[in-house]
Amino acid sequence: MTADLGFGMTLVALVLAVYGGAAAGVGARTGRAALVESAQHAALGVFVLITACFALLTYAFLTFDFSVRYVATNTNLGTPFYYRITGVWGALEGSIILWSWMLALYTLIVVLRHRSTARELYPWALATMLGILAFFLLVMTVAAPPFQRLTPVPADGRGLNPLLEDTGMITHPVALYLGFTGFTVPFAFAMAALATGRVGDAWLALTRRWAIVAWYFLSLGLLIGGWWSYHVLGWGGYWAWDPVENAAFMPWLTGTAFLHSVMIQERRRMLKLWNISLVILTFGLTLFGTFLTRSGVIASVHSFTQGAIGILFLSFLALVLLTALGLVAWRWEVLRSQGDLDSVVSRESAFLLNNVLLVAAAFTVFFGTVFPLLSEAVRGVKVSVGAPFFNQVNVPLFLSLIFLMGVGPLIAWRRASLDNLARNFLWPVVLGVVAAAAAFVLGVRSSLAALAFAAAAFVLATIALDFGRATRARLRAGESLLPAMGGLVRRHNRRYGGFVVHLGILIIALGVTGSQAWSVQTEMTLRPGETAELVGYRVRFDGLTAVEESNHFKVVGAFTVSNGRVLGVLRPAKKFYPQEQSPIAYVDYRLGLKEDIYLVLGDFARDGRQATVKLQVNRLVSWIWIGGAVLTLGALLAILPDRRATA
Amino acid sequence: MSRLWRWLIPLATVPVLALLAYGFRANPRDIPSPLVGRPAPRFALATLDGAPLALEAHRGKVVVVNFWASWCYPACYEEAPVLERSWRAYRGRGVVVVGVDIQDKPEAAQKFVRDFGLTFPNAQDPTGTVSVDYGVYGVPETFFVDRQGRIRVKHVGAVTDDVFRETVDRLLAEAAKP
Repeated sequence: MTADLGFGMTLVALVLAVYGGAAAGVGARTGRAALVESAQHAALGVFVLITACFALLTYAFLTFDFSVRYVATNTNLGTPFYYRITGVWGALEGSIILWSWMLALYTLIVVLRHRSTARELYPWALATMLGILAFFLLVMTVAAPPFQRLTPVPADGRGLNPLLEDTGMITHPVALYLGFTGFTVPFAFAMAALATGRVGDAWLALTRRWAIVAWYFLSLGLLIGGWWSYHVLGWGGYWAWDPVENAAFMPWLTGTAFLHSVMIQERRRMLKLWNISLVILTFGLTLFGTFLTRSGVIASVHSFTQGAIGILFLSFLALVLLTALGLVAWRWEVLRSQGDLDSVVSRESAFLLNNVLLVAAAFTVFFGTVFPLLSEAVRGVKVSVGAPFFNQVNVPLFLSLIFLMGVGPLIAWRRASLDNLARNFLWPVVLGVVAAAAAFVLGVRSSLAALAFAAAAFVLATIALDFGRATRARLRAGESLLPAMGGLVRRHNRRYGGFVVHLGILIIALGVTGSQAWSVQTEMTLRPGETAELVGYRVRFDGLTAVEESNHFKVVGAFTVSNGRVLGVLRPAKKFYPQEQSPIAYVDYRLGLKEDIYLVLGDFARDGRQATVKLQVNRLVSWIWIGGAVLTLGALLAILPDRRATA
Repeated sequence: MSRLWRWLIPLATVPVLALLAYGFRANPRDIPSPLVGRPAPRFALATLDGAPLALEAHRGKVVVVNFWASWCYPACYEEAPVLERSWRAYRGRGVVVVGVDIQDKPEAAQKFVRDFGLTFPNAQDPTGTVSVDYGVYGVPETFFVDRQGRIRVKHVGAVTDDVFRETVDRLLAEAAKP
């Protein structure tokens, strides 16, 4: 019953989306406003129907309705209430519902915001968005139907993947999908620009804030994913260059490039072709990411399934890329730039270099991700590409990008004079050199780490210099200090929002550098009362206890941690789920600004007479999460309505 | 750029798409089992009805050992009717189907057997030793054992009528030869 109702609603939503997309397209071509208006109603209808599907599926989860196959596969009677809700999007079918729902929500917001402000571009953008939505609804009906009956109805369900029983499960997918689907809006307006031939600034102005929103959610999704990996998976890391992580990282890189190149088009009328291409590439990469995670083409720790869905996604990816790039070829003449680079030493070229580096990074990640496939296709050999490749290629790129983060915002447009360079960069360069020297004196022997600190000091100095100078100018005009600073930030929110985001990235970079350079670990087998030692920490094994939870069995180890004085008792555990072959680690940790103490329980004797424990001291990792908070502030500042436009 | 050249831009994506399409042919989880060609590990379990079930007792027949669980949708639900059908068709020709239920609750397993009307012997592996011996990674997995007691084929995922027929016919034909 539930299954049939849900399936019926999905089908109606699909029909509505197809109709709406077609109506908006025809309306845009013929200029008939009534058709576009009808498409808007369809968009609203689709949103309501998908919302109802979502609610129905959630209800089925809460009431253990095992006649719905998806519910039976992803819950069992022991699943706690909270995870019955997050379980809704814990696997393929539900994640597609969540995805479609967000896309429908974005479509509705586009209707509400832009229907009267962007008469030329809006109908095409609406047609594009509804077309994409129709595709996801098609997936929901034919390839990954969440509403499918299961007969005979089983007595109990299989249960959620235990690794997903984590609070991060509510935020990580939501943030990531908001990011992924968010890039649909800039893409839709880019398509509208190509369709109408109005490839000037209008579509950029309309989508700039959308791009920042999508970029921010993608960043947040990546960071929460890192946090989940760090505190759930129990290997002490936050990033593994796993294909699925790469899938989310690539659009982030090209999206970042887009946010920067937009500024050059706004200012110098250059790079029209490049901007359109970046948006197409970014959206294409979000689809590629979904394809990668859902087709089973590449094995990964969290790829979902395989089957018809992969072929469907690949066909859609082909359709999108061929259509979009075909439009680019068709509009080739109008996309050609008007402006030219005046000098290699200018803000334009700094931004251009930033773009080249970001796209190069995206390309190397792409190459490393699909290389196993390439190798198998060409040589018939199964290989895997691991972290060493990605690190080796990307670390120099990222260091250069951080350096450019200092240069870009301060260097002069068109042509920077020696005087301009000296005025803006003399002190930051000096500070960078001092930082490198200080790092060396303090015992940093890795040249990459020293370079990272130097670059960070340099960028920090440029930000301080710029902000200090602007504040001083306001002070001279008679304002007092705090209002001067506040007014500056509020008035130039986009510029200073960008600076704060840079600061956040800088802090994350420091956390990454520190954790890579200085983290230490050891593994020891202990009897009760014995201690392990690592860099001044003593960890005493107190014993094991067994606990029966609602849906699993847990063995908990107690370890007293001290460094001269007792810091507390950490309780890492191993969880045994009946439906899993191997136990799931439960990490316990104590976070700190300087370092985290991180314990993972390994093998143990059943009688509790001994246990193996992995003890890690991870340096500066907390700064990655702090950087994420700073980045959030910056992004919020940047998307505030622009004061200059209205004041 | 001339008029024709620009159309190479969209075409440039074709090789990439072709490579991704190639990926469907390859299965990254398809790892060959080292047990193929080796003697099948012995086991002695009790069926859900309490009767003894030992692999040794079926030496000289083609034995199909199927690992399943009642919580395994959809694959185990798809293959249960296939296995029952095939068992009925082949039981007179020296073929035995043996189900091993792993990591399951007895009541749920019994309901599964009842719901699908399974008549071939099914046993629970309460300690998990049999599935460890066979290197079972997930359910369902099916091992085809020849008359000499060697594992000849390991099938991952739901067994279809075709897979069952082809594999078992081959093993039967081979054994008929001197």
